[in-house]
Amino acid sequence: MIAPREPMSTASTQAPSERQQQLARRRARGQVMIGLTWIAGAVAIVPLLAIVGYLIVGGASAFSPTFFTSVPAPAGARGGGMANAIVGTVLLVGIGALIGVPIGLGAGLFAAERRGTRLATTVGFIADVLSGLPSVVLGVFVWELVVRPSGRFSALAGGIALGLLIIPLVTRATEEMVKLVPSALNEAAVALGFSKWRSASTVVLRTAMPGIVTASLVAISRAAGETAPLLFTAFGNAYWSVSLFRPIAALPLQIFAYAQSPYDDWRAQAWAGALVLLVIIAAMSLIARAVLRARLALVRGSRIERPSTIDAERGT
Amino acid sequence: MAAGPRLSRQRLGDLTYDVVTGTCAAAVPFLLVLLVAVIARAAWPALSLHAADLLTGNTWDVSRGRFGALPAIIGTILSSLLALCIATPLAFGAAIFVSELAPRRLRAPISFLIDLLAAIPSVVYGLWGVFVLVPLLRTHVMPPLMAVFGALPLFRGPAYGPSLLAAALLLAIMILPYITAVSREVLVAVPRSQREAALALGATRWEMIRDAVVPYGRSGLIGAVMLGLGRALGETMAVTMVIGNRHAVPHSLLDPAYTMAAVLANEFAEASDDAHLSALMAVAGLLLVITLLVNVIARWLVWRVRQPQQRIAPRLA
Repeated sequence: MIAPREPMSTASTQAPSERQQQLARRRARGQVMIGLTWIAGAVAIVPLLAIVGYLIVGGASAFSPTFFTSVPAPAGARGGGMANAIVGTVLLVGIGALIGVPIGLGAGLFAAERRGTRLATTVGFIADVLSGLPSVVLGVFVWELVVRPSGRFSALAGGIALGLLIIPLVTRATEEMVKLVPSALNEAAVALGFSKWRSASTVVLRTAMPGIVTASLVAISRAAGETAPLLFTAFGNAYWSVSLFRPIAALPLQIFAYAQSPYDDWRAQAWAGALVLLVIIAAMSLIARAVLRARLALVRGSRIERPSTIDAERGT
Repeated sequence: MAAGPRLSRQRLGDLTYDVVTGTCAAAVPFLLVLLVAVIARAAWPALSLHAADLLTGNTWDVSRGRFGALPAIIGTILSSLLALCIATPLAFGAAIFVSELAPRRLRAPISFLIDLLAAIPSVVYGLWGVFVLVPLLRTHVMPPLMAVFGALPLFRGPAYGPSLLAAALLLAIMILPYITAVSREVLVAVPRSQREAALALGATRWEMIRDAVVPYGRSGLIGAVMLGLGRALGETMAVTMVIGNRHAVPHSLLDPAYTMAAVLANEFAEASDDAHLSALMAVAGLLLVITLLVNVIARWLVWRVRQPQQRIAPRLA
């Protein structure tokens, strides 16, 4: 495929101009293709600007004084807000994180410490596959497992669905972060007579913690925006409720319901809700990035760090 | 060696640690098995009674007990494949740009923006689709399409707005960042020696990418596309909001259609009789099996490229 480029001095014997023309053609073709990748890069960003632009314009104008303080108004009536949906999302995501983060953390530690074994590879692989499955199927699964036997939609069921979504994400992230911890650190701990669990909890986890926090935040922010797993579990609620055993409102559910409504007021509130949801997610991912950046700066500064330095850096 | 009681305490700690992490790790495969088993069991009545009608029937009429999911199956596959055709060239271009060609100062910001696109929730894409994309298609895109290509059955109207085309475009926007992110990881994992060898043979920069970098990462790139396909097949909210939700096989890009995930989103919460529920479970099971296959193949392809190096960058959204 690659035509070797002859040095100019020896090529003079055989039609130099033809060779030069060929080279010029190859270079020109390369320039065109490279130009096309520039365009692809630019086009990939256009939808983001379009969506965020519309969200800000459509959402900001829809905020009313009652948006953050009251529950949805009855159909057709003006006013009302999404206070219950915001609280509901926080509650659902909290339950999801309580279920998903510890299990994912344990599974990730297991897979990273036995890296290379078939068992660890299988766990990592299945976690990857699970994270690609449609979230609506998780909703159906939790409905059959929790909602059907208990006979009612509930906040708990919604939280479980989000937790199942979070498990594989945190598993993979923990595994990757723990693998980045220099093995010298772990070996030093073992050489000092640390048992396995003490070295894991005081050395390995502590060093990998910023990365794990980052990845958990990213996973949780993804769960915060999920609608499909909540449709048949948390179900949504037009009234104020923080009970674990009753249907509960959530921002994405409320946005979905309002987007399909015939009332202009509700549609405007859907935009406002979407803007709030996006701000929550962006804030979480910015915090996640800041945590990771602090950690990367630390690793670059010195290969092996003392725990006290880590604490100091994490504090800032 | 330490004294007896201390040693046993250490052993106890280690044992607890092993049991706890091992249980968590076992939970991951167990979850997958349970997922398949529970949905298969719930779908069994429908499968045993009318599996053939489910897979090949055109009529979905709950009151008459007819559950033909063919329109939804075809709609799912068509919308995903169309989205893939639109998104793949753009994603590869963007991935090559970010990993190989972009000026160093532009790389991080562009990656960040593309990752941000992946972090936008599905329902927000749907909202944008309903109020921006669909009206735009209805008034500014579909009429000229019908005027120019109206002779082709593919572009026959009426232009409702919500349509297969709207769903495919929105899906393309949604899977673009996923395909880009995975392709970028694959391209970055291509060893430096490959690039240097191509350049040393006199390749131009583009020839190096085309003949050395892309072939080395080929299976990973195919895996990236299949991961995008898996996402598109299972995408629920955004598609439900713009595809028009009509139980009929679409004959034109401008026709409303249905997908399996959208059927679940619209009907599951309201389903009351057992036959309907079981049929929906069967649809969920079918969707699960298809996406499971696509994901297993995709992950396997991506892992093959990344395996020898074990060089893993933290993924951020």
